[in-house]
Amino acid sequence: MAEARSPSGLSKLLNAAWVRPFLFLVFIVVAWDLAIRLFHIPAYQIPSPGDVVAVLKTDWPELLRQSWPTTYATICGFLLSALFGIPVAMLIAGSKTVETYVYPLLVFSQSVPKIAIAPLFVVWFGFGIIPKVISAFLLGFFPVVVSAVQGFKSVDPDMVDLARAMQGSRFKVFCAVNLPHAMPAIFSGLKVSVTLAVVGAVVGEFVGSNSGIGYVMQRSIGTFDLPTMFAALVILALLGVILFWIVDRIERLVIPWHVSQRDDIIFAS
Amino acid sequence: MTPLSKATDISQPAAHLRLVSDRAGGATPGIKLSGVSKTYRSRDGDVPSLRPLDFTINDGEFFVVVGPSGCGKSTLLKMISGLLPPTTGEVLVDGEKVTKPHGNVGIVFQNALLLPWRNILSNVMLPIDMKGLARDKYLARAKELLKLVGLEGFEKKLPWQLSGGMQQRASICRALVHDPKIMLMDEPFGALDAMTRERMNVELMRIQRETGKTVLLITHSIPEAVFLADRVLVMTERPGAIAAIYDVPLPRPRSLDTMSDPVFTEMVARIRKHFFTQGTLD
Repeated sequence: MAEARSPSGLSKLLNAAWVRPFLFLVFIVVAWDLAIRLFHIPAYQIPSPGDVVAVLKTDWPELLRQSWPTTYATICGFLLSALFGIPVAMLIAGSKTVETYVYPLLVFSQSVPKIAIAPLFVVWFGFGIIPKVISAFLLGFFPVVVSAVQGFKSVDPDMVDLARAMQGSRFKVFCAVNLPHAMPAIFSGLKVSVTLAVVGAVVGEFVGSNSGIGYVMQRSIGTFDLPTMFAALVILALLGVILFWIVDRIERLVIPWHVSQRDDIIFAS
Repeated sequence: MTPLSKATDISQPAAHLRLVSDRAGGATPGIKLSGVSKTYRSRDGDVPSLRPLDFTINDGEFFVVVGPSGCGKSTLLKMISGLLPPTTGEVLVDGEKVTKPHGNVGIVFQNALLLPWRNILSNVMLPIDMKGLARDKYLARAKELLKLVGLEGFEKKLPWQLSGGMQQRASICRALVHDPKIMLMDEPFGALDAMTRERMNVELMRIQRETGKTVLLITHSIPEAVFLADRVLVMTERPGAIAAIYDVPLPRPRSLDTMSDPVFTEMVARIRKHFFTQGTLD
């Protein structure tokens, strides 16, 4: 790597992958602060970064406590969308009949705004965790299905023929060829899905809940407590980033052979 | 049994070169096709892909099929491996009618089609896994085959770390690991550069001699066909039919010098003529 050979320690630090987004973030925060000072934006419209940090500091225990239900609902919803999305994609990709019956309806269902039907889940399942999980699941489900279908369908038919000609059973061929081939696409779907699941959980908390970050946001907007609202946004963003990072790590473990991961493999020859 | 009864009707001035193949009568037939045709059903009606074919490939023979694009060569290969049922007629491998994949073939496609998540050795072992055979019994054989094609020491590499020619050699090992009687090759070197291709041809001939497999190879390249084959089957345009079957009287072992042999040049010219008269230059 060129970075590794770079002479100065500072430029090495500046080139590290994690520093770059951090620097950009610092730049945005500074610009935000400057804009408020320059244009005299009142605090009830946009709070200053300092105020948000202050709230994060003082209310940290409370915010942390409220972020658990959101995290929990997000993870449950996400796992459900993976658990159902991948088999549904297998069926859609494997059978023309299933595809023609199910796929158009699935696409149709995506044009229904989830936020509009979320109150329905509250009516059905009360104010507990279930409506949040369902809402997170509904948002996370579709990207998994779409990506996985594409992954399963893009396998080279010659490769499948080759395995079938060796008398491999349908199941064996699927496990040896189709499934590993679809993994990169499945993971790109899972990455989109996990961030959308956060949104889904918050939507669930918006419409009817007495806990969670969504609830905190709802409450603080009602009292014009913008610093708390922004602090909640920061927590949500962090939650999304952490979950995304976890899925990304798992991907590296599961498909180390894929093109997108190759720079990590030391080229021996 | 006259496999050449359907031979081409185009006039051929240098007829002394067209040796009618009569070997089928003597040797044991490894693959026998009788009245095999294929018609694909599509929304616009039936599309004939192959007209009824009758020919025999002998055990241990290097049999090469040349023909224009889309003449149903690949369909032929799929029917012999049992992946695709013929519309009419029957395919016999070792005297047994082919109805489903019989596993007695090794297939090599134009692309090496190695699984990117398996290392080279494990890719070569794919047929063993698919057939559910004991892995440890065949591991030594897989390594030996890799040695035979000059890939010793690359067992643990992933496919993308190898050049195109090396990948294709690995896929030849994969086609041989379960010791099938027949090797089916669909334009195996079509994706390689000309120099690698010539080297691979010489190597393939050596591998075939050392293993004694029956090889059915499909190609677009007439010189390649003549260079490799014991017999060359020339196909017509879609729907494919037999235009001619030639015996290649060149002695073995052949080397790249064989290509300057006058018999070789005449043979190539002779076969090329088929495509000129049909108006298709491949």
